[in-house]
Amino acid sequence: MEDDRRIVITGVGMTAPNGNDLDEYRTNLLECRARIGKLDLRYMGETPAGICDFDSLRHQKKRELRVGTRAGSVSIYCAREGLADSGLDWESMDSNRIGVYVGTTEHGNVETENEVYNISQFDYDTRFWSHHHNPRTVANNPAGEVTLNLGIHGPHYTIGAACAAGNAGMIQGAQMLLLGEVDVALAGGVSESIRSFGIFAGFRSQGALATHIDPNQASRPFDMERNGIVVSEGGALYVLERLSDAKKRGANIVGEISGWCINSDASDYVLPNAERQAECMERALKMAKLNSDDIDIVSTHATATKQGDIQECKAVRSVFGKSEKTYVNNTKSYIGHCMGAAGALELAGNLPSFSDGIIHPTINVDSLDPECELPNLVINTPKEGVKVDAILNSSFGMLGINSALIIRRFSE
Amino acid sequence: MTKEEVQKIVIDIIEEIAPDEDVSDIKPEVRLRDQLDLDSMDFLDIVMELRKQHGIEVPEEDYPKLASLESCGEYLTPKFNEKG
Repeated sequence: MEDDRRIVITGVGMTAPNGNDLDEYRTNLLECRARIGKLDLRYMGETPAGICDFDSLRHQKKRELRVGTRAGSVSIYCAREGLADSGLDWESMDSNRIGVYVGTTEHGNVETENEVYNISQFDYDTRFWSHHHNPRTVANNPAGEVTLNLGIHGPHYTIGAACAAGNAGMIQGAQMLLLGEVDVALAGGVSESIRSFGIFAGFRSQGALATHIDPNQASRPFDMERNGIVVSEGGALYVLERLSDAKKRGANIVGEISGWCINSDASDYVLPNAERQAECMERALKMAKLNSDDIDIVSTHATATKQGDIQECKAVRSVFGKSEKTYVNNTKSYIGHCMGAAGALELAGNLPSFSDGIIHPTINVDSLDPECELPNLVINTPKEGVKVDAILNSSFGMLGINSALIIRRFSE
Repeated sequence: MTKEEVQKIVIDIIEEIAPDEDVSDIKPEVRLRDQLDLDSMDFLDIVMELRKQHGIEVPEEDYPKLASLESCGEYLTPKFNEKG
């Protein structure tokens, strides 16, 4: 394939509840350190949640933080850190040729809840409703804030794809590069969802909100005692370029996006569909021209709901059950469910496997659910000494959206 | 309430809505936008905070009267005093 038809990752900017850069994050994943806190939520009280502690003033003024949104702030942090990591010469770039594609599960809930609460303090007099409400809640807000902060004049928008949004953002970025719409794509996903009680309350009403006396043990995919999702915030934005451009400037290439698929279950609002998930993975493999046993890591979406984990394991089993060299892991046990950022962050945590040859485990599995048994599920202890050449990253979301993204070790 | 006291209230509001700005040396006669990094949304914030914190209404046609600290004092002092 020609170099201008190949899309590569040349920078990673991220913040997760257990790390504000890839090194810190990776170290915590390999040392099996979860970092889930407790939030005192409006109307709900203390609830386990993944909270990021990046320095928001590193790239923004106080005024920007007051006017903007948390999702915007997470996006700006990730975009700036990703650009620094990429080594792009920002000053010499054509700002019209940079695109920003940010995946989000939802946007606007946080700000709307805050405004309703605000006017409740004034007897629901709507004269007290903020004029900042609309720019904060338009769906393009997180991506738009990045362009404002960085002076980017290319396209920007968010990709609403429920919890498949992180993958969807990256896929969108890759597609725009292939179309020649932009020369650099800042792409991935973000989440500010922990600031919305409604997200937590919705999961609780659905019987899908995790509870545990120890927050760090609350998120436990595949474990018999799992009882739901830990909602988290976070973000990961990647610098994507065509290989031809990356080579020209001698960029450090982290990996190559070699295949993807997004499909729809068309079967239920919330229940997953193993058959469609498997189809999604298979189609991504086909695009990448790989067989299932070419994949070294399947980074699962599993959120620690009873049904979701079982269905996904069924899908993984059907595609990778006979592949002896494919290992399976999960990241949500460390950081909870980072919603729109989940796919992008979970991929980020696995990318260093290309160089360190270690597969981080999923933790908090004290008693594996027999229905989640998979031949090479990496549990509680890292698997070392594995040559990792290809990663398949799965992310699924409500309304039956499935995504699979394949990243390969870069080679000519 | 004196004009100076009202101007102090306006400065406190500006300090809240533009936390990166140095408000210690605002020149009363000079337009606020010419000496501070404020945009039209910030002026709406000033209007909102006057409403929220002090129950003072500034109709849209009077927004130009908030241009400088001096004009804020002239315009708002009677409003504060009417309110009692």
